[in-house]
Amino acid sequence: MTQLTFARAINAGLRKSLENDSKVVLLGEDIGALGGVFRVTDGLQKDFGKHRVVDTPLAESAIVGTAVGLAYRGYRPVVEIQFDGFIYPAFDQIVSQVAKLHYRTRGAVKMPITIRVPFGGGIGSPEHHSESPEAYFTHTSGLRVVTVANPQDAYTVIQQAISCDDPVLYFEPKRRYHDKGEVDESVDPAMALPMDKARVLTDGSDVTLVAYGPLVKTALDAASAAADEGISIEVIDLRSLAPVDYEPVVASVRKTGRLVITHEAAQSGGLGAEVAASITERCFYHLEAAPVRVTGFDIPYPYSKLEMHHLPGLDRILDGVDRALGRPNSLSGLEG
Amino acid sequence: MSTDETGHGGAKTPQSAGNPGGTGPEFLQLITPAGERISHPEFDFWVRDVSDEQLCSLFEDMTVIRRIDVEATALQRQGELALWPPLLGQEAAQIGSGRSLRADDFVFSSYRENGVAYCRGVDLTDLLRVWRGNAAGGWDPYSINMATPQIIIGAQTLHATGYAMGIQNDGADAAAITYFGDGATSEGDVNEAMVFAASFQAPVVFFCTNNHWAISEPVRLQSHIQLADRATGFGIPSLRVDGNDVLAVMAATRLALDRARRGGGPTFIEAVSYRMGPHTTADDPTRYRDANELEDWAAKDPITRLAGLLERKGLLTAELQQQVKTKADAVASDMRRGCTTMPDPQPMDIFKHVYSTPNSWLERQQDHYARYLASFGDPAGAVSEEGAR
Repeated sequence: MTQLTFARAINAGLRKSLENDSKVVLLGEDIGALGGVFRVTDGLQKDFGKHRVVDTPLAESAIVGTAVGLAYRGYRPVVEIQFDGFIYPAFDQIVSQVAKLHYRTRGAVKMPITIRVPFGGGIGSPEHHSESPEAYFTHTSGLRVVTVANPQDAYTVIQQAISCDDPVLYFEPKRRYHDKGEVDESVDPAMALPMDKARVLTDGSDVTLVAYGPLVKTALDAASAAADEGISIEVIDLRSLAPVDYEPVVASVRKTGRLVITHEAAQSGGLGAEVAASITERCFYHLEAAPVRVTGFDIPYPYSKLEMHHLPGLDRILDGVDRALGRPNSLSGLEG
Repeated sequence: MSTDETGHGGAKTPQSAGNPGGTGPEFLQLITPAGERISHPEFDFWVRDVSDEQLCSLFEDMTVIRRIDVEATALQRQGELALWPPLLGQEAAQIGSGRSLRADDFVFSSYRENGVAYCRGVDLTDLLRVWRGNAAGGWDPYSINMATPQIIIGAQTLHATGYAMGIQNDGADAAAITYFGDGATSEGDVNEAMVFAASFQAPVVFFCTNNHWAISEPVRLQSHIQLADRATGFGIPSLRVDGNDVLAVMAATRLALDRARRGGGPTFIEAVSYRMGPHTTADDPTRYRDANELEDWAAKDPITRLAGLLERKGLLTAELQQQVKTKADAVASDMRRGCTTMPDPQPMDIFKHVYSTPNSWLERQQDHYARYLASFGDPAGAVSEEGAR
């Protein structure tokens, strides 16, 4: 076991994949000598060469589009999109090509492409650097979408994503990059919890709280604050957003009867809506209250001095928990 | 343009201004519209081995793919195909380039390169699957080293460039070639592909068929300079050739492939041709283009031109013509049979191949839909517009 930051844990996972499979190549902007703007690829070009760790010209559609061609040729490209808000120029290649080529070729051509996306806010950046675009991709069939919430998962899941024969969007919670955690580098990714499985983090009996990515830490903090008030919260880290692993969520809600979902992304059409609908379908007679969403607002990501109003924080999550429990909360007395 | 080690193909196509559709003497031509073989000090080298027999074979290929095209258009009119994108008029561009490729080269094309697919040895039934609505794709790309046709304009140029980067990493001497039209040269992906290809000196050939029309939009709307000149801005050597001259196309493609194989990087070829038919069978060109233009181009027909050359050489015998016609008829008839006897896909096929590994969301939907279908005596009833309840 070693203590690694989130960023170093991904770096170690990438290194492992580069060592284990000569077909793994990394593509992205500034990922070579600089090691990426977040240093996630630090030292990799030096150790694996410019043909394995490729600094590309500044064109996101081309980064993903050439990854498609490399995949055709039998490679396993790992693409870095520098910031969440820079992914849109590549949207067509991701949605119309990466996601659909396996279908279009009736299974003949595999697209084992991993697209790494630092996502989420809380870092005081200007526009385009703090977005949560995951729902665009969870709505696109053919893609797998995963998030990670701790250094150990960051290390393990990046390797699982790279070895997966389907294309994977791997969302990295950038405001947690410097958080440290225990990482066991001897973990065999093939034996670890598969990347499309959710994980129950705390055992609780009153409310099920579903989170992913950067808000997992906030959710855990909220659960421990609630415990002080005598409320028992079961926190689930969704990890995979497409597909969502509903089994542990269903089991939890059948026990608690109450569901709160939180994410940074805008509310309408987001993952929270999908989880709420699916759990309502599967657990209708076990629910004691309507599922509650605690999310970012339906606004462009705001200027940084106000971003903490947009991002669900500990108290906003607890307010949602109160609503699910029918306790006094900020919306008490409002109907619907 | 850089000069090759062979000393051949260093020809500089003159700079053009303001005439992207022009076909003046400033492009490479080895056979005149009247069928006269004209010599070229540098490009003759690239077709020096093309024998009389091969000329006859090129004539056969072009005739056959025109026949395929006519037959497919007829199949659409008869309701057997939902749609067809004709290649009429572009036979020389497709055969001249397609016959220059090696088996280990890889093709990334648009939807109109059915003649190139023929050169790659595609099963004719596979050529029609998509247009009949029977499958998402016609063939296994690795079986003929040609990707299934791309419909998003220009997207395939990036795939070719990435594939070429892979060839480079592998240390192989194969090449990738990507086909696209004049309209595609305005797309970001094509421009980005040229940036990447130039940066990495990838072994890729950009084959642009300038057929003058992007559905209803003329090439002058896409560009104020000749398309070949767009490439030079990226540092990619370019060639502008008479796209209705099969030998000129072959010479240019061979030069470009040779450069790619020898580590010389990408080449851009603008093959100047004309889309004699509609964009697709759903299009009506009478709404936007002048019949006189069509007549001008009919006089430059690629097959008539090669026939003219064969005649001058005494090769256009009744026997050859009969042999070519027999072959074309046989191919058309095979294709028609393949089309009309193609088994219909089954409802649950829509769930296949979305992922290569199990997916819990999809499995659940698939299971539920199978149960729904099973609730009907006849599954066809499940999708009747009137309903079957």
